[in-house]
Amino acid sequence: MNIVALKMLVGDRAKYLGIITGLMFASLLITQQMGIFVGLMIRSYSTITDMAYPDIWVMDPKVQFIDDIKPMQDTQLYRVRSVEGVEWATPLYKGLIKARLDSGLYQTCIVLGLDDATLIGGPPEMVEGRLADLRQSDAIIVNRIGATEKLCRSSGRPDGPKIPLKVGDTVELNDHRAVVVGLCDVTRTFQSQPVIYTTYSRATIFAPIERKKLTFVLVKAAAGQDKQALCDRIHRVTGLAAYTKEQFSDLTVNYYLKYTGIPINFGITVALGFVVGTAIAGQTFYNFTLDHLRHFGALKAMGATNGQLLKMIVLQSVLVGAIGYGLGTGAAAGIGYLMRDTSLAFRLPWQLMAASAAAIGLICTASAILSMRRVTSLEPAIVFKS
Amino acid sequence: MVAQPNISVFCRSVTKTYGSGNAAVQALRGIDLDAREGELMMLVGPSGCGKTTLISVIAGILDHDGGHCTVLGRNYAEMDPRERVRHRGRNVGFVFQAFNLIPTLTAVENVAVPLMINGTPRRTAVRRAAEILERVDLSGRMHSLPAQLSGGQQQRVAIARAMVHDPRLIVCDEPTSALDHETGRRIMDLLRGIAMNDRRCLIIVTHDTRIFDFADRIAKMDDGRIVEIVAPPGE
Repeated sequence: MNIVALKMLVGDRAKYLGIITGLMFASLLITQQMGIFVGLMIRSYSTITDMAYPDIWVMDPKVQFIDDIKPMQDTQLYRVRSVEGVEWATPLYKGLIKARLDSGLYQTCIVLGLDDATLIGGPPEMVEGRLADLRQSDAIIVNRIGATEKLCRSSGRPDGPKIPLKVGDTVELNDHRAVVVGLCDVTRTFQSQPVIYTTYSRATIFAPIERKKLTFVLVKAAAGQDKQALCDRIHRVTGLAAYTKEQFSDLTVNYYLKYTGIPINFGITVALGFVVGTAIAGQTFYNFTLDHLRHFGALKAMGATNGQLLKMIVLQSVLVGAIGYGLGTGAAAGIGYLMRDTSLAFRLPWQLMAASAAAIGLICTASAILSMRRVTSLEPAIVFKS
Repeated sequence: MVAQPNISVFCRSVTKTYGSGNAAVQALRGIDLDAREGELMMLVGPSGCGKTTLISVIAGILDHDGGHCTVLGRNYAEMDPRERVRHRGRNVGFVFQAFNLIPTLTAVENVAVPLMINGTPRRTAVRRAAEILERVDLSGRMHSLPAQLSGGQQQRVAIARAMVHDPRLIVCDEPTSALDHETGRRIMDLLRGIAMNDRRCLIIVTHDTRIFDFADRIAKMDDGRIVEIVAPPGE
């Protein structure tokens, strides 16, 4: 009877395409919006994940997320280094510093000041130049997207092309001269501001005058050390907050989830996709069953059991669900891929695909249950009514 | 009460009421009816007299409230619903007024449906359906969709579907009402041949007086009762 079920479904071209289109758009909306949400959340802690070497981030206990800067005294670095189980600890400056552009406008940049001696915490990928070039006078490394977009120079003509910042160019950072010695690729940040790497000592010169300048202490646990135990020990000894990379990432995401309207905004769109999908696809599928009620009645009269008819409906529902989900998720992935070099934040982890599949499955199940109820309660004698 | 061996349908005092209380409508008020193997019996009467209810009960798609109804040796009252569905699927064929062919299946696929319902593999069912379509002179239209067939051709497909699984009882609801006179007579010729050749029992509900002469007996119904069983005119 499977072939009968499939031909009944596919043969009703308008409704078949209607159901698939409804499910596809539901799947597309749900997957794409959730994908952007996940992408944004991942961007919120990209500074943490871009730094490969440190196991533990140490900071002021009041810090709530990565961009919540609460500087500490430089002496805290030495206190951390003295904690048992710390293999090494390096300072990190992180702050927002204004860069003056050719046009006279200012662009706020994320400045990361790395340990002068080791340059630990440098960019994950150099595009041009070397990390060691930061040891040159006034040196900075700028992320490629920042250099080509927000920090680019004008060509001098009003409608002329923008000229990307390149190695050798100078930039004015908070009234200080800085020379670009390299370009790098980093994961886009939440606010998509240009990212500038320099040394810790130079960053503190670029930074506005403050009594305290040490933002984070990056720690590597000694071999065999339990990271959580080390975090606890650092906190106990220094009074500072110490988190593993994962914990600090979670802390940052949780802050965004709790204190910004982002989840509710995306949640509404996802819910809308779900409701629209249920309304269009569910209703059309139910209507499809109603339209074929007479044929289901005929099958029932001819001896088809409720079980056989239910299997037919389940098969139809699974087919449209699988096609709609595949097309919708495929379209979302395609859009994400095509826009991979733009500022669009989009990630498609398997958990998200599973969640989207569950949502589409729910829509299909709901509409199939409605149809099943109608078919099981159907009196086969309906076929004798003209 | 025991039906005779060559009696296909044996009904005694069959009653059926729709609704309850003040809204109750008594559709069958004590039906006594026998139909034999190889017999073509017509049920006639005014609209609302209970013809459709009676063939629904005989076909096993509607429960009766009272009386006794044995079809092909099986008493419906003694069968559970599942058993009745199985019995219907194997032993009863249906021809509907509106054909009720599935529009997205080809003629041969439509005919194969009762076999597939009974668990016959698709390939075997389609082969058997093709043989039956040849018997109703539709071998050239096997792969046509119902919409591509004339009314008469669609009804022949429906007849092929009704007999593909070799049922011993075929119930037909107004099989000629949607057809012109000439096509209607050809369809009746076909149905009559089916009944006579294979010793099946055919029960046909009809208003169409032009086809009465094809019947072996005509049961006239009125107000939920069989008021008269007569031989067809001209006999």
